Amino acid sequence: MSDAARRTGGRQARLGRRARPQEAEAAQPESLVTTSANPDGPVLVLACGAIANEIIALREQLGVTDDAMVLHCLPAELHNRPGQIAPRVDAFLSEHRHKYSRVILGYGDCGTGGALDKVLERHEANRLPHAHCYEFFATTPRFNQITDAEIGSYFVTDFLVRHFDRLVWEGCGLDTRPEMLETYFGNYRDLVYLAQTDNPDLQTKAQEAAARLGLNYVYHKVGYGDLAEAIREAADV
Amino acid sequence: MSDGEEIILRDLSDADLVEQMKDDLYDGMAAEVHEGTQILLERGWDANDVLSEALVEGMRIVGIDFRDGILFVPEVLQCAGAMKGGMELLRPILAASDSKASLGTYVIGTVKGDIHDIGKNLVGMMLEGAGFEVIDLGINNPVDNYLAAIDKHNPAIMGMSALLTTTMPYMGVVIEELEKRGILKNLPVMVGGAPLNQEFADAIGATSYGRDAAVSAELAKALVGRNR
Repeated sequence: MSDAARRTGGRQARLGRRARPQEAEAAQPESLVTTSANPDGPVLVLACGAIANEIIALREQLGVTDDAMVLHCLPAELHNRPGQIAPRVDAFLSEHRHKYSRVILGYGDCGTGGALDKVLERHEANRLPHAHCYEFFATTPRFNQITDAEIGSYFVTDFLVRHFDRLVWEGCGLDTRPEMLETYFGNYRDLVYLAQTDNPDLQTKAQEAAARLGLNYVYHKVGYGDLAEAIREAADV
Repeated sequence: MSDGEEIILRDLSDADLVEQMKDDLYDGMAAEVHEGTQILLERGWDANDVLSEALVEGMRIVGIDFRDGILFVPEVLQCAGAMKGGMELLRPILAASDSKASLGTYVIGTVKGDIHDIGKNLVGMMLEGAGFEVIDLGINNPVDNYLAAIDKHNPAIMGMSALLTTTMPYMGVVIEELEKRGILKNLPVMVGGAPLNQEFADAIGATSYGRDAAVSAELAKALVGRNR
């Protein structure tokens, strides 16, 4: 290799800057730990951070205290890295499952390809029987109706509208490479806002998001959908 | 991303230029990769060597770092865009060249009900880099599209992609139809997509499962007996 000047980019520069920060949180091997429950313990809802507000609201509606139903959330950013969901859930339950009588996961399959279900089996925990939060918020018949009508439906919820810039726009790198918009969203036609609450500010933001993505805006007020029943069952009230 | 300092690519030796191109590809710098490709060709490099030593090797590194969580999809897409910058120059030369026999035709498409094509497009690009002639059926393909493409192109391998847990079972429907028609015994079928795993691929009778774009290209070469 000669001494000619070269740019300081490339892999080595990136590794130097990042020092493999993901290693600690990268997909870890399953612990294969089988845990036991505490029959006298509270209920645990282990959920995606994207639905934390909704679970808190439902818990309050049911009059359940946060001592009786403990909520712990994993980062919503895992939505963009589904391979890390099952290992993170596994790690948490391996350490904490024994404190709780029952555990319900505030997740669908969420792109884990069944890996989450294998973890839940070992820890005697259950999740919502849906592919993802869009389906359990909309409920399956309504979700299918929307996707049957327009296969190119891109879904957002209250949380995703609120955090559109950080999770969608910047999450896709569109803040630095707007020319990638077509690559990401070229096959979509509609931005479908599945609203949990009736919030005009969020509706405006969702409309703006649709415009930025070059998509038609579609609004459905769906509320909490099947999540409400799941939390009620978990609370046993 | 680099610091943006000015580098005269023509001043670099061949070895340095190839290393710089791999870095530039890694950083998603399409214009620079295009220029580096042009320079190597002008210096008398064989297009196949430019492809394998600079572009494919660069994308192989990208594939490893994607697998290891160093790079994420947005960055990998930028890398792929940079590779395209070089492929624009190489594709016509390779197509006209007799020096390297194609590894065969690879028909690829996203299955019915699914409009996601980012992963499929990455795989297609890696396959093209590996020497396959790629026939891309696009998105939302019913079984008839695959059957028509098999009839028309007589592929060496067929690949299916899905991003959704709700659409991945359709891969099984397609494979079942291929089996019913006696096509499967002579046509390897590869499957891939974020929610898939080896277990699923085995369950539906796929020949192999491509965990990511780089692995898929290696598996495809192995399937046609050209793993090097």
